[in-house]
Amino acid sequence: MSDLNTAMVEKYRNSFLKEVEANVEEGEWVKMCMQCGVCSGSCPLGPYWEHPPQEIFMMIRAGERDEVLKSTSMWMCTSCYNCIVRCPRELPITHIMHGLAHYAERLGIAPRQNPTRKFALMFWDNLSKTGRVNEPVLGVGLYFMNGIKEGIRTALRMAPVGLGMLRTKRFNPFAFLFHRGCKGKKDIHKIIRKARELELAKAAKFGG
Amino acid sequence: MADVKIGAYICKGCGLGERLDTQALATIATREGKAAFAKEHDVLCSQSGVDMIRKDIDAGEVDRIVLAACSRRAKTDAFGFDTVAVSRCNLREGVIWTQPDTEEARELTQEMAEDYVRMSCAEVKQMIPPHPNELAERNRHVLVVGGGISGLTAAVEASRAGYPVTLVEKSGALGGWAAQLWRRVPTRAPYADPQDTGVAELVAEVEADPGITVYLNSTVTRTSGAPGRFAVDITAESGGTATENFGAIVQATGFTPYDANRLPEFGFGKSPDVVDQLGLEALARAADGGAIKRPSDGKEVRSVLFIQCAGQRSTAKGHLPYCSGHCCNTSIKQAMYFKDSNPDIDTTVLYTDLRTPGKGEDLYRSGQRKGVIFTKGVAQEVKPGGRGLQVRFKDLILDQEVEVDADLVVLATGMVPNSGVDIEAALKKEAAGAEGGADGEAAADADAAPVQEVSILNLDYRQGPDLPKLMHGFQDSHFICFPYETRRTGIYTTGPVRRPMDIAQALEDATGAALKAIQALENAALGRAAHPRSGDLSYPSFHRDGCTQCKRCTVECPFGAIDEDEQRYPMFNEARCRRCGTCMGACPVRVIYFDNYSIDTVGQQIKAVDMPEESQEKPRILVLACENDAYPALDMAAMNRIGYSAYARVIPVRCLGSVNSIWVTDALNGGYDGVMLMGCQKGDNYQCHFVKGSELAHYRMSKVYDTLEQLQLEKDRVETHEVAITDIQRAPQLIEAMAETVKRVGLSPFKF
Repeated sequence: MSDLNTAMVEKYRNSFLKEVEANVEEGEWVKMCMQCGVCSGSCPLGPYWEHPPQEIFMMIRAGERDEVLKSTSMWMCTSCYNCIVRCPRELPITHIMHGLAHYAERLGIAPRQNPTRKFALMFWDNLSKTGRVNEPVLGVGLYFMNGIKEGIRTALRMAPVGLGMLRTKRFNPFAFLFHRGCKGKKDIHKIIRKARELELAKAAKFGG
Repeated sequence: MADVKIGAYICKGCGLGERLDTQALATIATREGKAAFAKEHDVLCSQSGVDMIRKDIDAGEVDRIVLAACSRRAKTDAFGFDTVAVSRCNLREGVIWTQPDTEEARELTQEMAEDYVRMSCAEVKQMIPPHPNELAERNRHVLVVGGGISGLTAAVEASRAGYPVTLVEKSGALGGWAAQLWRRVPTRAPYADPQDTGVAELVAEVEADPGITVYLNSTVTRTSGAPGRFAVDITAESGGTATENFGAIVQATGFTPYDANRLPEFGFGKSPDVVDQLGLEALARAADGGAIKRPSDGKEVRSVLFIQCAGQRSTAKGHLPYCSGHCCNTSIKQAMYFKDSNPDIDTTVLYTDLRTPGKGEDLYRSGQRKGVIFTKGVAQEVKPGGRGLQVRFKDLILDQEVEVDADLVVLATGMVPNSGVDIEAALKKEAAGAEGGADGEAAADADAAPVQEVSILNLDYRQGPDLPKLMHGFQDSHFICFPYETRRTGIYTTGPVRRPMDIAQALEDATGAALKAIQALENAALGRAAHPRSGDLSYPSFHRDGCTQCKRCTVECPFGAIDEDEQRYPMFNEARCRRCGTCMGACPVRVIYFDNYSIDTVGQQIKAVDMPEESQEKPRILVLACENDAYPALDMAAMNRIGYSAYARVIPVRCLGSVNSIWVTDALNGGYDGVMLMGCQKGDNYQCHFVKGSELAHYRMSKVYDTLEQLQLEKDRVETHEVAITDIQRAPQLIEAMAETVKRVGLSPFKF
C-alpha cells in the first residue's frame, strides 16, 4: 500500500470531524449534513467555489484535513445566508464556513493571497485597536491593498465620491489623525485577549 | 317474460323539465318501451318522488323500473331500490349538461333523451330482478397462513373483532424473522433509539387467546372452495391432516432474506466478518447489550461498515431490481447498537440514496447526532486485509476511489417474497414447451427470480396452486389502487409477501388484511360481490345447451373463479367472482349472462336507438364506456359543462373485458357510423379494476377489424381508447374526434 493510501485510510477515520467539532464555531453541526446539495445550489457564488459547502462537509467526514483548511472555498462566503434559510436540516452553514476560515487562519494555513482574507485581517486590526472602525483609514487602506501604484489610481478615481461625502458630512477627514475609538477600549482589549487565550489553548491540543 | 312490469319515472328537476319535452319521453316509454306506465315528477329524488316509486313497488305494480333522471353515479342513496331491477336513464349528465341550451340544439337534445329512454326500457326488460343467492354461506372462521409478525397481527386483529382464527405456521415457533431481532426500529417519539421488538408480547397474546387456534410445524396442503366456504387441509410435519372450513384466508407468508452468497464481490462466505443484517442481529443478541464481537476471532468490533442496497436496486443478473424499503432504517438502528455501547466505535453507512420511510428521518437524524458517519458511495469490493477487512468504494460526492479498513462489514440485502409457485411462469413455460422452442426456456431462465417453488396454498383451482404475482414475485393486484386485493377473491396477502415493508408497515398492513378478510366473508354470507362491485348480488350463469366447452371463459377469468366440472363444462364459483363480466365478453357463443347484465341488456339497448335514415344526415356513434373510469370521466365532464356530439349514445359497461364483439358487429350492421370503446390503462401499469379487462378488449377488438373488412367498412369506425378517470377534458374530445372522423369517411352504408 502506498504512503498516500495509508494516509487516506487513516484520515477516513472520524478524527478530523472530531477536530472540527472541537475547534470550529458551530462545528458540531457538520455531522448532521444529509448531502442534499441545496446549499451548493443556493449559493450565489457557488460556481466560483473550489469546493461548495456540501462537498466541504463530506470532505470533513472523509478526513481530508489539508484540502479543507487550505482551501479558498470558505473565504468565498459573502454571508448572504441563502444556505441557512434553505438548509432542510437547519445547519448554520454560513457560520460554519466562517468558523472554518477562522480556524484555518489561526492554524496559519489559510491561503495567504486570498483578498477576502486580506480584507478580513485589515478590518479586524482596524476594529480591535480602538473598538470602533476608523472608516477613512480602512477605506483608503483598502485602495493600497495591492500596492502603491494601484492605490493612487483608485484614490484618484474615488476622489469625487469622497468630496461629495465631505460636502454632505458623511466623511470626516480629521479622523485620519484623531480617531476617538470607543469608551471601554481597555475592556475590549481585555476581552479579546481572553478569547484568544481560550482559542489557542484549544488549538494547541491538535497542533498547527 | 309474461310478467314483465316496467314502470318509468321521469324527473323534471335540475332543468330537465325546461330543456326536454318530458311528456314526449313518457309517451315513448309507454309506446315504444312497453312500460306499463310513465310518471313524471318535479324532483324525483325528493322524499315525495321516492315515496311514489316505493309505493308502486310495494303494491306490486312494477318489478323493473326506469329512472329517467341523473347519472347512475348520482343520488344512489335515494334511488337504492334493491328488490326490483333498475335502469338509470342518464338524462342530466348524459344529455342536458353536455348539450348547449340553445333553440337550435333543442331538437337534437330531445332526440338524444328519447333514445336514452328507449335504451333504458330495452335494458330493464332484459334484466331479471335480484333474488337472494341460495349458494351463499356464512362462515366466520378466518385462516391465517404464516406466524410471523404480519400473521400474528392479522390473527389478533380478526380475533379482537370477534372472528375465530386458525393460524398455520410452517416452523416450530411463532414470531418469524422479527423474533430474531435484537431491537427494532423505534415506533415511539422521539424515534431516536432502538426499541424492544414486542414480538414476545404478541406471541403471548396469540397463545392466550381462546379464539385463536395455532398449528405449528404445519402447512396448507389443499385449499378448495370459495369465500364463505373454503375447505382447507392442514397437514402437520409429523403427518396428520386436519380439514377445516373457513370464510376467508389471510396469507402472511412473509419473505426470505436474499442469499448473500450470491454477492461474492462483497466477501460473504469468504470471511466470517462479512454478515448480512440478520447476521448482525444474531451478533447483537449474543452480545446482549455488551460489546459486539466479530465472528472470526472474537475481538471487539472497533469499526463497522454498512453496505446499503447490497444485491438490490440493481439490474445486474441475479440481483433484486427493487428497494426493500426497510434496510436503511435497519442499518441506522444497527449502527446505534455500536454507538450506544461505545461512541468511539467507527460506524459508517455507505449508501447511494438513503431512504427512511415512516419516522425514519428522525432516526436518521438521531444516528447522525450519535456520530454515525453517512457516506454517499458505491461499494465495489470487500476483501480480507489490513486489520480485518478492506472495503473499496467510490465516493460519489468527492468523486474518488477510496479504500478503508473495517473490523466488520454488514450487507443490507433485500427481501425475497415467499410467494410459492409462479403460476404464470408455469403457463408460459407450458406454452413455450408446446411450441417446442428453446428460446422460451432460455428467456424464462434469464429473468428467473430466486424464489422457492413449493406451493403455499395448494389451491384446488384450475388456474394454478398459488396466487398470481404482480411484480418481482410479490402477490398483489395493484399496490396503490387496490392493495391486499389479490386475484383470488377472499384470499388476502399481507406483509412482505405483498410488497417489501418494515415491521411498522406490516402491522398496519396486517390489520387492513384482517378487516378485508372479515368484509369478504360477510359479503359472501350475503351472496354479495367483493371489491370493486361490492354489494352486487348477481353472478354469472350460463346456458348449458349452447356451450361448446371452448374454455375461453375459464382461461380468461382474471380471478380464477371458473373451474371445469367432470364433463368439462365451466363451473362458476359465484363467491369467487368479482362480477366483471370478462367471461361474458370472452364467450364466442354468448351463453354466459348475469341477471342484471347480459349480452341482451346491452345488445337490446344498441338496437333500441332510433336510427335516422341516411337522408337525414344524423350519424350515430356508440360509446361503450367502462363504468369505473371512463363513464365517471364523462359524468364529470358534464358537471363542468364540457359538451360532446349529440350523435353519441353512451352505454356504461362493467369492464371493457365484458364487451362481447357481437355488440360491435351488431352496432355496425345496425347502421351505427362509429363505435368507441373506452376502458382503463392496460399493460404493466394497468389501472383496470379487473386486471386484464382492458387488455383483453384491445386484443379482441383487433379481431373486429377482420369483420370490418368483410363488411367493407373503414377501420376508423371502430376505436379503442385508454381513458383514465381524470381525463375529463380528453374523453369528450375523443367523442368529438370520432364525430369528425364520421364526417370525413361518410355515413355508414348500413342504414335502412
